[in-house]
Amino acid sequence: MFEHRHLLGIEALSPADIVAVLDRSERYAGAPDPDWRTRLSGRTQINMFFENSTRTQASFEIAGQRLGANVMNMAMQASSIKKGETLIDTALTLNAMHPDLLVVRHPNSGAVALLSQKVNCAVINAGDGRHEHPTQALLDALTIRRRKGRLQRLTVAICGDIAHSRVARSNIILLGKMENRVRLVGPKTLMPAGIERFGVEVVHDMAEGLRDADVVMMLRLQRERMDGGFIPSEREYFHRFGLDAARLANAKDDAIVMHPGPMNRGVEIDGELADDLTRSAIQEQVEMGVAVRMAVLELLSRRAA
Amino acid sequence: MTLFRNARLIDPETRAERIGDLRIEAGEIVETGAGLSEPGEVIDCNGVCLAPGIVDIGVKICEPGERHKESFATGGRAAARGGVTTIVTRPDTHPVIDTPEMLRFQIERAEDDAAVRVLPMAALTKGRAGAEMTEIGFLLDAGAVAFTDCDAVVADTKVLSRALTYAAGLGALVIAHPQEPRLSAGACMTSGQYASQLGLPAVSPLAERMGLERDLALVEATGVRYHADQITTAAALPALRRARAAGLPVTAGTSIHHLTLNLLDVADYRTFFKVKPPLRSEEDRQAIVTALVDGEIDLISSMHTPQDEESKRLPFEEAASGAVALETLLPAALQLVHGEAMTLPELFEKLSLNPARLLGLPQGRLSPGAPADLVLFDPDAPYVLDRWSLASKSKNTPYDLRRMQGKVLGTWVGGRRVHGGAA
Repeated sequence: MFEHRHLLGIEALSPADIVAVLDRSERYAGAPDPDWRTRLSGRTQINMFFENSTRTQASFEIAGQRLGANVMNMAMQASSIKKGETLIDTALTLNAMHPDLLVVRHPNSGAVALLSQKVNCAVINAGDGRHEHPTQALLDALTIRRRKGRLQRLTVAICGDIAHSRVARSNIILLGKMENRVRLVGPKTLMPAGIERFGVEVVHDMAEGLRDADVVMMLRLQRERMDGGFIPSEREYFHRFGLDAARLANAKDDAIVMHPGPMNRGVEIDGELADDLTRSAIQEQVEMGVAVRMAVLELLSRRAA
Repeated sequence: MTLFRNARLIDPETRAERIGDLRIEAGEIVETGAGLSEPGEVIDCNGVCLAPGIVDIGVKICEPGERHKESFATGGRAAARGGVTTIVTRPDTHPVIDTPEMLRFQIERAEDDAAVRVLPMAALTKGRAGAEMTEIGFLLDAGAVAFTDCDAVVADTKVLSRALTYAAGLGALVIAHPQEPRLSAGACMTSGQYASQLGLPAVSPLAERMGLERDLALVEATGVRYHADQITTAAALPALRRARAAGLPVTAGTSIHHLTLNLLDVADYRTFFKVKPPLRSEEDRQAIVTALVDGEIDLISSMHTPQDEESKRLPFEEAASGAVALETLLPAALQLVHGEAMTLPELFEKLSLNPARLLGLPQGRLSPGAPADLVLFDPDAPYVLDRWSLASKSKNTPYDLRRMQGKVLGTWVGGRRVHGGAA
């Protein structure tokens, strides 16, 4: 069923692949089961993070450990890169150690794909530059499917800093493949050029963008990726593009609110709303993150075996 | 209820003028025609002109910061006396109008003090410094009608590009001063034989074209609604024409001074003729008049810029730029009618209707339902202008001691008389 060697992006997955991952993930949702412990025993999973990420790294680490893999974390900023080693040399060195699974995050788009060409094991993209973050899109899809009972024919508003977001890109692709209506909402300065060609609607007004939405996906304002001047100020951003209960009233009554985290409360989302468990699916997203990553690790290691 | 009887009605919307009556009620025009009945106040116009009040874009009222040059009270009075019923204020005050709080201050001050309608513009970048965009969304919600850094051109194209993109997303109108900033830096005259003769630092008319070409390229990329505050050279016109032919959301204005004066007026280094951009050649002036008549340039503004005596009583290079013009805008513009360049309805299209349209205002029309913002004037009345008679606090007009033709007899804002008669 799942015939891929690596998980580099959503782009390469078919709707059937996506459903396969989600179905497999469903088994891992909920409290850990001791039976899972042996599924990846004897396998080595290396997490290589060339860019800081506490949440994703922890999620992958827990996922691997729950399946019994030997998980090793390498903080790449602190190591050989500093000594001038190229990405390819790093890959070749690692490859010589015969890992089974490499989980890679890199600040440059395309770097994970480059690395995957140089190693023999399965590579999972844990986020590359502004390009893709496939496991995030899959965990978002799983959360939506659980909350809404389906993953088709939904209106999903993805709001905020689209330009700097790999999460948005992966979600746009995934939701499009599953025949949903995707609306991008945010200031024009944070919309990448030509994004309309992805088959999405682009709206610069929150009220209009949220109208009749089933899912409202907020994105973090990525201040660290901005070389200044994309928005006038954070208070203006919240005033125009932040999500609060009044704005959410434009969406469907049972619309859910999502956020990939970490949140800037009061910048892109009102703190109270983020904590409102009847509307917010944010905690569930974190939980589904582990389940999806377990499924991905399992599916790819089976192929590698 | 007031009836204007026997008026020469100047209607820019239908481009028609005819003798007739006009009735206003509750601040609105309710009826035009002939031989209307007369309950209420009757004003016999004796055949002089009644036109929609002027909507003047780009007026500087020096509050906050330089209240000694102009206040909302004096500027409002000057506007009323000039037949200007709406002034759109510039943000180049001290400090700059770049926050919602500053904008609210201006709106409240104007409500308290000004005799006419005041619509404020806000800066496009913080402090007009060209480095960071202002809180455009907040400012829009606080009442800003447009965004402009006035004559402080945003030199950093990346900053400008982002600001225009952001403004476009919010549907905001941006008003720019087309000028290549490095080329025009330090200049106080248009380059050519005359500037060389006077020995003044000068700028090529091409700087305007280059500035405009850059801006228009960004308009094409961002789709922002863009208005060039002053087009003053023949060299800039082809770029404007191309942009409009391509369907870009672009409009342009020019100032009354560039329409009626030329660089030869700078003789004797008279600093009242120092404006920004500097006065142009007679060929440029004529090209701008033609462009205005042809509709390539949409509107005329006063570019009212009060300067006190101290700012002007300096060597030409060091003197402040700008001239007051709220009261002289109409009589100076009537030169174009007297010179048969255009008709009165065509002139009021440029003075009232087009600026109102640009800002989405209901003003500028004589049709029922339009606000009763009106100017009653005698287009032929002659007089010699005495700058000390102006209502503006500052008296820096280039028309001092000139023979003018055309006098404002009365001005109404929302049906209320703000100038002339028993006000």
